[in-house]
Amino acid sequence: MFALIDCNNFYASCERVFNPNLQGKPVAILSNNDGCVISMSDEAKKLQLPFGAPIFKWESFCKANNITVLSSNYPLYGDMSARVMNILKDFSPDIEVYSIDESFLELKGFDNYNFAEYATTMRRRILKWTGIPTCVGIAPTKALSKVANKIARSNLKQSKGICIIDSEEKRIKALKWTKIGKVWGIGGRLQKRLEAKGVVTAYDFTQLPSDWVLKEFSIVEWRLQKDLQGISKIPLEDAVSSKKMIATTRSFENTYSDIENIKERISTFATSCAKKLREQKSSCHLITVFLRSNRFDKNQPYLKESTTAILSYPTDSSLIISKAAVEAVKNIYKKGIQYKKAGVIISGLVPNDNFQLNLFSEENPKHKPLMAAIDSLNKKFKSDKIKLGNQDLKRTWKMRQERLSKKFTTNINEVFIVNSYHKK
Amino acid sequence: MKTPKNLVFFSPKTSSGNGAIFVDTGISAGFPSPADDFRETRISLDDELITNKEATFFAKVKGQSMINAGLDDNDLLVIDRSLEPANNKIAVCFLDGEFTVKRLRVEKNEVWLQPENPDYPIIKITEENDFVIWGIVTSVIKKV
Repeated sequence: MFALIDCNNFYASCERVFNPNLQGKPVAILSNNDGCVISMSDEAKKLQLPFGAPIFKWESFCKANNITVLSSNYPLYGDMSARVMNILKDFSPDIEVYSIDESFLELKGFDNYNFAEYATTMRRRILKWTGIPTCVGIAPTKALSKVANKIARSNLKQSKGICIIDSEEKRIKALKWTKIGKVWGIGGRLQKRLEAKGVVTAYDFTQLPSDWVLKEFSIVEWRLQKDLQGISKIPLEDAVSSKKMIATTRSFENTYSDIENIKERISTFATSCAKKLREQKSSCHLITVFLRSNRFDKNQPYLKESTTAILSYPTDSSLIISKAAVEAVKNIYKKGIQYKKAGVIISGLVPNDNFQLNLFSEENPKHKPLMAAIDSLNKKFKSDKIKLGNQDLKRTWKMRQERLSKKFTTNINEVFIVNSYHKK
Repeated sequence: MKTPKNLVFFSPKTSSGNGAIFVDTGISAGFPSPADDFRETRISLDDELITNKEATFFAKVKGQSMINAGLDDNDLLVIDRSLEPANNKIAVCFLDGEFTVKRLRVEKNEVWLQPENPDYPIIKITEENDFVIWGIVTSVIKKV
């Protein structure tokens, strides 16, 4: 059996732990730089604030409806996520942390367990220890545990946050309830194709002949179909496997058209990617850079351009990655465009301990110790004090985070305050 | 005896002695440190003050109502959310819109929040209060 544990409205829930006044009230969390709504509480959803809503357009709506709008506080969310995941590790040794707020557990050899009780213990412990509410779906396969979780979530009062699919009857009922577009791994394009074939629910999908699914779609959909039929074909993924792609992207506070500014931003993003790359002990050889103009500016065409630089050997050096990214951005930069967003994505990652050496490798052997020294100094000073020359030191690029809560769990100067006075 | 054609047999070689020992601490010309065998891990305040790290949070005290319990203005509290609230424990509570720290008094069906300073009132929790016990204080860290 597999369990999927999903934190309810995770970002809003993290904020509520340290500000219980927000309990039961509408809360919305903004993306980096306070651009648009990326997460919200059930109460905000009920008011029909849309996901992705650009906040400048919805400001008055939020005010009118008393929606508390907050900047995203990733140091806090990251720490709270780690707490939840560590608690879950006590419930099964086989865990796959699927995202910041979701984990799969494989319950191998738990056949004698009362799953409902086990799931209740999990939920209660996470709520008591961290203050984060969750939902638990348990089923014979990963895809079905996702379905079970959705059912638990959509009907919190009745389900008490738990749904267990442990019989054919329950499986069929659950699949008939699930719209095909809501199935894990079915994207928008696939949904349209399936609906055109008359597949409306997840159950309809399981009724398609499996060799036809394999022929018409791919092995991925075939596995998904088997999983939904109750035959486990999607295994738990190795939790320690490192990321296959690393990205740093930001919307700018203002727009920039000057190439020097853009080059500086790209260099900074590339440096940040390289740092993450070294943390997971990998190297990369593909560097993608993109630029976007302002989508909401009606006076100029919406422009998005990207380009990819290929390195001749994999590296984790900030110097090389930054240089390649800055070279690449020159190819897509156009004069006169007001750019609003840019990003660097590095891919083609290989672990540092086993990559193919190139006979003509030109990597400067001094880079490794240099990077190690920079990383350890920046870690010590808790901020990126040491930068590359093309990262402008005089400018202070500040993220717009006007409504940021404190780093309650990661900075001793920002812990919450308890009063030991009380009004008479 | 016929020699087997397809199988090659290997026999283990037994040797006496352990060969050379690799010393990875480096070789010094003086005496080895007599303390090497007795090295222990250093005292860790994390280990001493935190029993459940996933459920432990920190907060700062503002005010004087708990000074007789040793909780002073600006002290750092170690709070364990996994502990069950009980009579006589010091708890961080969320009461009517704000966090407060007080000693719990549980009598029959009543809960009181007792300050540790005679100048402050005892608070009785009633149904009208918006009241949550957020966590139990396990230690207080103060700068001197």
